Amino acid sequence: MLKVRIMPTLLYRDFELVKGVGFDSWRGIGSAMQAIRVYNMREVDELIFLDITATREGREPDFELIDDLADECFMPLTVGGGIRSLDDVRRLLDVGADKVAINSEAIRNPVLIYDVARQFGSQCVVVSIDVKRTGRSNEVCTHSGTKATGVDPVAFATEMAKLGAGEILLTSIERDGTMEGYDLELMRQVSEALPIPVIASGGAGSYENFYQALTEGKAAAVAAASMFHFTEQTPLAAKKYLCERGLPVRL
Amino acid sequence: MKKVAILEYGMGNIDSVFRAVEECGANPVRTCDAAEIRDADCIILPGVGAFGDAIQKIRERRLDEIVAERVLDRGIPFLGICLGMQLLADKSHEFGEHRGLGWIRGEVVRLCPDNLSVLIPHVGWNEVHPQFDSPLLQGIRLGKDFYFVHSYHFICAKKENQLATTPYCGGFTSVIGEKNIFGVQFHPEKSQRVGFQLLRNFLAL
Repeated sequence: MLKVRIMPTLLYRDFELVKGVGFDSWRGIGSAMQAIRVYNMREVDELIFLDITATREGREPDFELIDDLADECFMPLTVGGGIRSLDDVRRLLDVGADKVAINSEAIRNPVLIYDVARQFGSQCVVVSIDVKRTGRSNEVCTHSGTKATGVDPVAFATEMAKLGAGEILLTSIERDGTMEGYDLELMRQVSEALPIPVIASGGAGSYENFYQALTEGKAAAVAAASMFHFTEQTPLAAKKYLCERGLPVRL
Repeated sequence: MKKVAILEYGMGNIDSVFRAVEECGANPVRTCDAAEIRDADCIILPGVGAFGDAIQKIRERRLDEIVAERVLDRGIPFLGICLGMQLLADKSHEFGEHRGLGWIRGEVVRLCPDNLSVLIPHVGWNEVHPQFDSPLLQGIRLGKDFYFVHSYHFICAKKENQLATTPYCGGFTSVIGEKNIFGVQFHPEKSQRVGFQLLRNFLAL
């Protein structure tokens, strides 16, 4: 049986890993290489690495850095931030990324998703969607949450899946870093509309939050950052908890 | 130290395979050069991406002929990973119909969901259940989880080539083998301890 996945997220900015709240008030939490070595030792299911300022600063991905990190990473690695072309994707895969996460460019130039899927396969295309709640509705934001687009997340995710996206990394901006739990309604709306896996992100603070996202939220995987960086909770203990509650996990 | 030729033909994350082989104590080289391939003790064909592009790139570089001479004529061990496994088939139905290497009889078709909640691509950790004894799977506990990420799967024409299966979409073939030729649908290089065990088994052949 396919197992649910727990994925630590590493956010990278100005040469170090950071953690924020609501995509803001970033604080440094140490070296990327060190974090990858620790997660490698702990045999986590998968790792997400996002360079959160690349697009805003108009930079391309830091291929050399990814090359170094991937050399130490014997688990699946998704890399995002600053990806704008087929060539960026090719170079990232070539230095050891298993999947790429595309966010801003997916809105600006959706055809890129089709092109990447066609050339490298759907399995390596993760479309990362950041969602902000405005009044009673949700809208997709780009450029690390700084630009609102007015686009509906369910419609956008559906279009991305049609174009060939293999997975959706769905982040609630309001919940990000709060450790108050995922936006379950958002997770469920998008998961139910799609034939591809959704990775819930933004807000995890407890094992119970994982359980909720995977059951009520219908997500296929859960991502968490603050919870693993700032609390005693670990991916392994999370999996034991989920196992006791009857979900399939890899132990 | 064993020399391992990791075939480089412009299709995806060769670096992780290279690093994993290195960690397993062998001496990998990324190559599409005939002399280097002839010099290697075993050959790994990695690959992510679309079947059609991949087989075209392999033929353009004449890798099929160079590798066939070593693997089919000389019998040196060969391992195809993910798309590299699928390329062993007679043909694939991914975006049209493409002729494969044809070294293990079978066809590659899209995974077909057996109920509405099954998602494609098949992404994540899933069990591998051996069907036959194989040196490749030595010492790996029954039903251990490996990392998968794919939308297509290999259907063997001959039952005895199906070395292991995985329970998804009604069950599909996750390890194939015939004599010195092997293929795995999952990524041993990304499956941590158990993946390294499989790679070491291959390197010991």
